[in-house]
Amino acid sequence: MGRYVIRRLLQMIPVFFGATLLIFLMVNVMGDPVAGLCGDRKCDPATAARLKKEFGLDKPVWQQYATYMGNVFTGDFGTAFNGQKVTELMSAAFPVTIRLTVVAIVFEIVIGISLGVLTGLRRGRPVDTVVLLLTLVVISIPTFVTGLVLQLLLGVEWGVVKPSVSSEAPFDELLIPGLVLASVSLAYVTRLTRTSIAENRRADYVRTAIAKGLPRRRVVTRHLLRNSLIPVVTFIGTDVGALMGGAIVTERIFNIHGVGFQLYQGILRQSTQTVVGFVTVLVLVFLLANLIVDLLYAVLDPRIRYA
Amino acid sequence: MRGATHAKWAACAVAVALAATACGGGGGGGGGGGDGTGIVSSSWGDPQNPLEPANTNEVQGGKILDMLFRGLKQYDPKTGEAKNMVAESIETKDARNFTVKIKGDWTFSNGEKVTAKSFVDAWNYGANLENNQKNAYFFAYIDGYDKVHPEKGNPSAKTLSGLKVVDETTFTVKLTQKFSTWPDTLGYPTFAPLPQAFYDDHDAWLSKPVGNGPYTVDSYTKGSKMSLRKWDAYPGPDKAKNGGVDMTVYTDNNTAYTNLMAGNLDLVDDVPAAQLRNAKSDLGDRYINTPAGIIQTLAFPFYDDEWSKPGKEKVRKGLSMAINRKQITETIFQNTRTPATDWTSPVLGEDGGYQAGLCGDACEYDAAEARKLVEEGGGIPGGQLKVTYNADTGSHKEWVDAVCNSINKALEKDKACVGNPVGTFADFRGKASKQELDGAWRAGWQMDYPLIQNFLEPNYYTDAPSNDGKFSDKEFDRLVNEANGETDNAKAVAKFQEAEKILARKMPAIPLWYQNGSAGYSDKVSDVTLNQFSVPVYDRIKVN
Repeated sequence: MGRYVIRRLLQMIPVFFGATLLIFLMVNVMGDPVAGLCGDRKCDPATAARLKKEFGLDKPVWQQYATYMGNVFTGDFGTAFNGQKVTELMSAAFPVTIRLTVVAIVFEIVIGISLGVLTGLRRGRPVDTVVLLLTLVVISIPTFVTGLVLQLLLGVEWGVVKPSVSSEAPFDELLIPGLVLASVSLAYVTRLTRTSIAENRRADYVRTAIAKGLPRRRVVTRHLLRNSLIPVVTFIGTDVGALMGGAIVTERIFNIHGVGFQLYQGILRQSTQTVVGFVTVLVLVFLLANLIVDLLYAVLDPRIRYA
Repeated sequence: MRGATHAKWAACAVAVALAATACGGGGGGGGGGGDGTGIVSSSWGDPQNPLEPANTNEVQGGKILDMLFRGLKQYDPKTGEAKNMVAESIETKDARNFTVKIKGDWTFSNGEKVTAKSFVDAWNYGANLENNQKNAYFFAYIDGYDKVHPEKGNPSAKTLSGLKVVDETTFTVKLTQKFSTWPDTLGYPTFAPLPQAFYDDHDAWLSKPVGNGPYTVDSYTKGSKMSLRKWDAYPGPDKAKNGGVDMTVYTDNNTAYTNLMAGNLDLVDDVPAAQLRNAKSDLGDRYINTPAGIIQTLAFPFYDDEWSKPGKEKVRKGLSMAINRKQITETIFQNTRTPATDWTSPVLGEDGGYQAGLCGDACEYDAAEARKLVEEGGGIPGGQLKVTYNADTGSHKEWVDAVCNSINKALEKDKACVGNPVGTFADFRGKASKQELDGAWRAGWQMDYPLIQNFLEPNYYTDAPSNDGKFSDKEFDRLVNEANGETDNAKAVAKFQEAEKILARKMPAIPLWYQNGSAGYSDKVSDVTLNQFSVPVYDRIKVN
C-alpha cells in the first residue's frame, strides 16, 4: 500500500510539470499583456519596458517558465497586474470555492446517492421513471439557465434568497449556487448509482445475504451499496477538480469571488501569473482527488489490494 | 416503505437548505434617513491597476479616486467646466509659465496639510520612470520630463525641473511648449496631491488610501468590496450628501442589475446591454441615459500604402456613408448611442469645441453616393474590409456585424466587409499599438478631460500615443500647435475646429457614434446623476 502511494505520488510529478507548462504556453500565445494595461492608449515605451521587466515578460518563454517554477517551489506565485500577490488572491478565492465545492459535493452525495438507491431498488416503477425523466431534464438544461432561473425566481420574484452572494460567502448563502453547480453532476450520480445498484441486486453475494436472513437495511447498506459505490466514488472524485475549476459560470451568476472569477479575470487580462498559479493549484487538487479515489477503492471493496 | 423514507429525507434536506438560505437573505442597502447619514450601495468593477492617482487609467479605479481626492480643479458634473477646487488661482502670461496658488485651509483626512509640496512631490513621483506609473505621460508637458522619464535607459533626474515650490501655498510650472488650456487638464485625478504617508509606507497606503476628498476609506477588501465613509471634517465646498458609499465588485453587470431589481443594491452605473430593452419599463425615471465623453470610431492603417495613398480618402468617405448610424444606434444600442457628426463629443458643448455636423455629408447614410465614392477611390484595398475588434468585453461583435451588414448592403457586395474578432482586449491593443492590424479596427476614445484638445491631439497628431493608425498631416499638426499656443480660449477652440475640418476632408477615422452613460438606481436614493465621464456623482446622491 505504502509503495503504491509513493509510486502514484511520483507519477504526479511529470503530470504536474506537463500541465503547468501547457498552461504557461497557452497564456503566452495570447500575446503581449502589457498592451492592455494602458487602455485605449499606447503604453509609453519606457514604462511598458519596465513593466515587462517587473513581470519577467522580457525573457524567452522557457526562461520565464524556469524562473516561475523555481519561485513556485519557494511559495512565490508572483504578482498579478493590480499589484496583489497571487498567493493573496488565492487565499481569498480558494476558501470560497472550497466551501462552494463542499456544498455541491454534499448535495451530490446526499441527494444523488439517495435518489440512485431509491430508483435502483425500484427499477421500472413510477418513482424510477419520474426520477429518470427529472435527471434527463437537469442534464439537458445548461447550468447558466438553471442558475439564472433560480436566481430570478428565488432572488427577485419571491425574495426568498439574496440574488447574489456577499463577499464573505458564508455556507448558507452558498446553498443555492451549490445546488446549481451540483445539478448536472447530481443527475449523473443518481443515474450511476441506479444502474450500479440494479446490477448488483442480482449478484450472488446479495442473494446469499438475503438468504442468511439479514435485515433488509443491512443488506442494502453494507452489501449492496458498498459494492455499488465504486463507479460513483470515481465520478465524484474526479468531479471535485472539475467543480472547482469549472465553477466560472456559477460564480459569475451569483457574484461569488472564487477561483472561477479569478481565473476569468486572469484570462481576460492575460495575467500569466494569476492563471498559471491558480491552474497549478487546481492541477494539484485534481491529482490528489484522484489518488484519494483510488485509495478509497480498497476501503470499499476489500478484494482490491495495491501492491 | 424504505424508499419512501429516503425520498422524505431528501425532500427535507432541500427544504432545510431553502429555509436556511432564506434566513441569510434580505437586508442590505439603505439605512439611515434623509439626514445625510444613509449609505449608498453601488456596483463596482475590480480596478485593473493599483489604486494610486498616477497609475489609474480606467474608469473603475477612477471613480474611487474621484471620491477620495480633490485636485487643483474639479470638473462641474453638469457643464464640464473646470473650476478651481484646491487651487486659488492658476495664472500665466505666455501659456507656458504658470503660477499656481492653492488655498491654505485644505488637509488630508489623516490631518496632514495640503501644501504646494503635496502637489509637486506627487507629480514628481508620477512622472518618475522608476515608479512605473501608467499615467506618467500626463506630466510630459512639464519641463524636464525627458530627464525623469527618458525613452530609453535610466532616468538622470528624480524631479521635474519645470516644477518649483515657491512657498507653502505657491508653486510654479514651466511647460516644454505652449499649452494654453493646460490648467483645464488639472481636474484629472492623476494630478491629485499626495500626503507624506503615501511615500512613508506605500503598501499600507495602497491597502487603505488616504486623500483629501469628501470620503475616507473605511475598509477595503481588494477584489470584492470597498466601504467609503463621509469625512465629516472635509474642508471642501462639496461635502458628501450621504453617509458613505459601499462599492461591491460584481463579476457580471447582469448580476448587479438583478440585485438592483431585488432591492439589494441602490445603484448600477452600467446597465448591461441585454437589459437596455427592459430598463425603461423596469426603472422608469430611475433609468439614466445621458451623454458621456466617449466617441467610437473606425480607424484605418495609414502605415499601409494601400490605405494612405492619395485618393483613398474617397474610399474611407464612401465607407462612412455606407454606414446607417441611425438604424444601428436605435436597434442595437436602444438609443444609448447617438450618431456622430464630428470627432469630439457633445459633452464639450458648443463653447468647448463640439460642432454638430462638422463631418458633413460624409457622416450621412447614402448608399448610392457611397458606392460611387468607393468606386472612384479605386475600391477597398484587397477587395475586402476587415474590421478587427476584441470579443471579450462589450458587445462589439453585434455592432461590428451590423456595420458590415450596412456596408455590404450599400455597396451591393456580400463580402465587402467582415468582422475579425480578437480574443482579448490586451491582444487587441497589442496588435493595434504595434501596427499589426490591417483593414480597419474599432477605435474608441474616452476623454481624460473635457477639452477638444483631448479628442484630437492624442488620436490624430503625428506619432501621438493613441494614433495607432499612424495618420499624419502637416497642416493638422500645425493647427494643433497653434491652438495650443493660443492664450485666448475661444481662439484656441476655433483653431482646433479648423484642424478638425482636415479630419473631415481626409477621414483618418470614421466617426460612428457618441456613447452615453447609462445607470439605474433604486427608490431608496435620489439625486443620482452621471458626470461627463459617465461616472455617478456619488457625493451628491441622497439616501431617502
